Amino acid sequence: MPIHRSPDIRSADITDERLYVSRREFLGSLAGAGVLLSAGERRAIARMLGTADPADKLTPWEVVTGYNNFYEFGTAKDDPAAYAATLRPRPWKVRVEGEVARPADYDLDAILAMGTAEERVYRHRCVEAWSMVVPWLGIPLRTIVSRLEPTSRAKYIEFTTLRDPVQMPGQKSGILPWPYVEGLRLDEAMHPLPLLVTGVYGKPLPNQNGAPLRLVVPWKYGFKGGKSIVKIRFTTRQPANTWNVAAPDEYGFYANVNPAVDHPRWSQARERRLGEFYKRPTLPFNGYGEQVAGLYVGMDLKANF
Amino acid sequence: MTRLTFTTRILKPLGFGAALGPLVWLGWHAWLLAHDPASDALGADPVKTIQVTTGLTVLVLLLLTLTVSPIRKLLHYSELIRVRRMLGLFAFCYVLLHAVTYFVFDQSLDPGLIWSDTVKHPRIAVGFIAFLMLIPLALTSTDAMVRRLGKRWGRLHRLIYLATGLGIIHYLMVQKLDLRVGIPYAVVFGALMVARSRFVYQGPSRGPPSPQRGEGDRG
Repeated sequence: MPIHRSPDIRSADITDERLYVSRREFLGSLAGAGVLLSAGERRAIARMLGTADPADKLTPWEVVTGYNNFYEFGTAKDDPAAYAATLRPRPWKVRVEGEVARPADYDLDAILAMGTAEERVYRHRCVEAWSMVVPWLGIPLRTIVSRLEPTSRAKYIEFTTLRDPVQMPGQKSGILPWPYVEGLRLDEAMHPLPLLVTGVYGKPLPNQNGAPLRLVVPWKYGFKGGKSIVKIRFTTRQPANTWNVAAPDEYGFYANVNPAVDHPRWSQARERRLGEFYKRPTLPFNGYGEQVAGLYVGMDLKANF
Repeated sequence: MTRLTFTTRILKPLGFGAALGPLVWLGWHAWLLAHDPASDALGADPVKTIQVTTGLTVLVLLLLTLTVSPIRKLLHYSELIRVRRMLGLFAFCYVLLHAVTYFVFDQSLDPGLIWSDTVKHPRIAVGFIAFLMLIPLALTSTDAMVRRLGKRWGRLHRLIYLATGLGIIHYLMVQKLDLRVGIPYAVVFGALMVARSRFVYQGPSRGPPSPQRGEGDRG
C-alpha cells in the first residue's frame, strides 16, 4: 500500500516560474528602496526571500542546471548536464541504518512523506571560489532526521551517493573513491537551514543536480551536499567524507565557508558570483553566520577547516 | 616558388591567421555576451573561459616556437626561422591577456591582493614567474636587440625552456584532481627537449645521418 503518492500537480504548474521570479523582484525592489524601510524591515523581507541579502539575484535556471560539479558524470562543468540522462531517479530507495530507531529500506516517497517541501533561496558557494543563488525546493533535513529517530549514541550523520557505473559512467574512472560520502555533525543536521532537496525553480530536481534527493547546507562549501543519496547512516564517529579522504590537506570535514581560511589552491577571501565578472568578498559562513555561528562556539575553525 | 617565398608568403600568413584564431573566437563571443548578457557566450564563468583558452594557447604557441629549431635541423629547412619570432610574440600576447584577466577580474587590480594570492598559492607563483620570464624575451625580440645582444641574445632566450616548463607545471597545479589533461603538453615538451639536445646543440657530425629531402618539404 503506498503511504504517499507524489503530487499530481507540480508547484511550477501552480505558480509560473516567471511570476514567482517577478514576485521576488517586487519584494527585492521594495527592499531596494532603502530609504523607505528600516534595517529591521529589510531583514524581515530578506528572511521572507530566504536570503540574507536582498541584492542577491537568482542565478538563471540554465546556469544552475548547466554548470555542475558532479564527477559521477565527468569532471567538466557541462559533463553532468550532457551525460546524466543515464541516471534513473525513479524508483528510488534510501537505506537508513546505524544509530537510529527506525532503520529500513525506505521508498523515496516514504521519506518525502515525512515532511513538507518548501522553497528556500540559498547562496551556494563552491570551494572553487564561484557561487550561485538557487531557489531550492526541499524538506528541512531536521524534520526527516527527527522522524527517523536517531538514538542517543548518534553523533554524526552520513550520506552516501549512488554507486553504479552504468548509471554514473564517470565512476568508471578512479579519480575519486566511489561511492561519494559526505556527513554532518548531528547538531548541524538538526539546524533549521540544511535541506534535503527534491527540486529547483519549482520543478523536480534535474539529474545533473543530484536527483532525486540531495543535501544542501548553505553555510558550507558545495561539496558537502551529497547528491543522489541512497543511504543515510547515523554514526558515533565522524564520517570519512570523500574529498577529505582524497586530499586531507585541502578539504576538511567541516568545510564551513570561511574567507579567513585559504584553500592551498584557491584564495577563499573572494568569490565570483556566476554571471558577474569581478569577484566579491566571501562572507563568513556564506552569510549565514548569524544563524549558525553558535554551532561552533569554542572551536578552532582554522584547525577544523 | 622558392622555399623562402613559401615560408614568408604562405606559411607565415597562415600561421598568423591560425595564431589569431583563439583571440578572434574570444573577441566574437565577448561581443555576443556584451550584446546579450543572457546568452551562453563564453559559458557560465566567462572569465574562467578566457583564462583557460588563453592559457592553453600560450602552451601550444610556446611548444610550436620550440619546434622550429629541431625541424630546421632535421629537414634542413633553415628558412623556417622566419616564423619563429611571430610564434613567440603571439605566445607573449596571449600570456599578457591571461595575466591581465587575472589582475583585473580576479584581483581587481589591487596590488595587495595580487601579492598575497601569489605568495600564498604556489600555482599562482609558478605561473607568475613563467610570465615574468617571457617579458624580457618579448622586449629583446627586435632585430636591433638581436644585433645589440649578440651571443648573449641566444643565452637569454634559453629562458623559454624554463618558462615553458613552468607553464606546464602551472597548468598541472591548477587542476583539481585530474592531472591527465597535462600529459600531452608534458610529453611534447619532453620530446622537444630531447630533440633539441640531439639535433640542435650538437654538430652535424655527431648527430644522426641527414635524412634525404622528400617531396613534402621542397616547398
